[in-house]
Amino acid sequence: MRYLRLLWTFFRVGAMGELAYRVNFFVQLLESLLELATAIAGLAVIFSYTSRLGGWTQDQVLALVGVFFLVGGAIRFVLQPSLEQLIESVRDGTLDFTLVKPEDAQLVSSIQRVEIWKLTDVGLGIGVLAVALARMGEHVGLLQALEFAAALIAGGIIVYSFWVILATSAFWLVRVENILVVFQSMYEAGRWPVSIYPGWLRFALTFVVPVGFAVTVPAQALAGHLTWQVLAGAWALAVGLFAAARLFWRAGLRRYQGASA
Amino acid sequence: MRSLPALYVQQFKTSLAVMLQYRASLIIWLISHLLEPLVYLVVWTAVSAAQGGSVGGYDAAGFAAYFIVLMLVNHVTYTWIMWEYEYRVRHGSLSFALLRPVHPIHADLADNLSSKIITLPLILAAAAVLAAIFRPSLHTPPWAAAAFVPAVLLAFAVRFLMEWTLALAAFWTTRVSALNRVYFVALLFLSGQMAPLSLLPPPIRLAATILPFRWTTSFPVELLLGKLGLEETLLGLGAQAAWILACVVLLRLVWRAGVRVFTAVGA
Repeated sequence: MRYLRLLWTFFRVGAMGELAYRVNFFVQLLESLLELATAIAGLAVIFSYTSRLGGWTQDQVLALVGVFFLVGGAIRFVLQPSLEQLIESVRDGTLDFTLVKPEDAQLVSSIQRVEIWKLTDVGLGIGVLAVALARMGEHVGLLQALEFAAALIAGGIIVYSFWVILATSAFWLVRVENILVVFQSMYEAGRWPVSIYPGWLRFALTFVVPVGFAVTVPAQALAGHLTWQVLAGAWALAVGLFAAARLFWRAGLRRYQGASA
Repeated sequence: MRSLPALYVQQFKTSLAVMLQYRASLIIWLISHLLEPLVYLVVWTAVSAAQGGSVGGYDAAGFAAYFIVLMLVNHVTYTWIMWEYEYRVRHGSLSFALLRPVHPIHADLADNLSSKIITLPLILAAAAVLAAIFRPSLHTPPWAAAAFVPAVLLAFAVRFLMEWTLALAAFWTTRVSALNRVYFVALLFLSGQMAPLSLLPPPIRLAATILPFRWTTSFPVELLLGKLGLEETLLGLGAQAAWILACVVLLRLVWRAGVRVFTAVGA
């Protein structure tokens, strides 16, 4: 509860900064709509030649695109800007200010900067998801909805832990913004079901860049081909990675020397 | 114009030094150039597998050939100038370029060519790896292979001149990123980046042929894949030449008007 209040505070600060530039909202909306239209037009072309892509129907892939926008938007909304600032502050020593705050430093570092206009991607993702669900109709029952929620939360924890581990490596490597860019560009491959990729690439997209768990697995729940083994595996990985991220963060902090010396 | 060759040589040295300094960005560059054709190759391979092995005259090996050749043609023709101009105009660094005795387009052209020569081994290695994995089949008549060379060079000229002209929009607006997005969506569909143009609906195919897009990328790819007849090829080369001429005229007009509205900021 208190964490949510903290996030709300950072959100308000971000909003106050951005509301002075309202045109930015329309520019962002235009760019997001354009990206969405591109994705949908691409689907239309591909599904004019086939009714199934690697076992997925058009509506199921549409739901996956919705999840892709939702998760990607959430990352760009708070996680990416915050962690970029963390990397910056490890380099120039301003992490001192975070460390003296009475809240958990890992938490503050992961929500300290909010780019409010990126919420348009989250909103569009939810909209696409709703349209896809309406078109799939009665195939999606309560059980699938619960599975979807469970898979989405697990995927969110995996992505969060993963980004924290990457950003935390700044304590040793200092210049790691480039690593984040690499992973951001590989995330793009997740707008298609990872099951269509050849084995080596599927492996990379599942375990090296966990976009498979973040996007494909929740969409699988809606499409009705999620087995409980995969869901259990996702949760095991989520718990494991979250603990690993915490340990890694602690080890990183011990190395941090500050800038005041 | 005695100094132009010297300018190109000097720019080559500078680009080489910059690239060796920022090796990490080379990896990022390679991944972003590899990933898009790879993803669409995989998607279309899955489609052809679902349709019993072949879609619109392309089987798995045909798609592999298309997207690998596309990646190589893109390497020759792509530019990044549209992302740079806004920064130049806003930060006033264009002022220095304007003070030099040669047109700023030469420095950009030299930078573009140097970067590409330096990164050529990387992209060739990537193409070889993709070819080993996806096993493309290529049946090129000898005359088409010969015509491919001028076609790809003209394609570079069309794209470079067109994007350099469009980049000048930064003189009038500071929000070029939205404009760039629109352009790149058009490029994705109309220049054959997401699918061979023959698989797209007829109106899109027509737009791609009337506008310069097909001539910037897709035309040399189709030529090397042996999809075009002799007559189509000659017409295509003619269209490329016509677009180059049109872009040069347009570039001169827009450049003159743009420099007039440009006001440098900063010391």
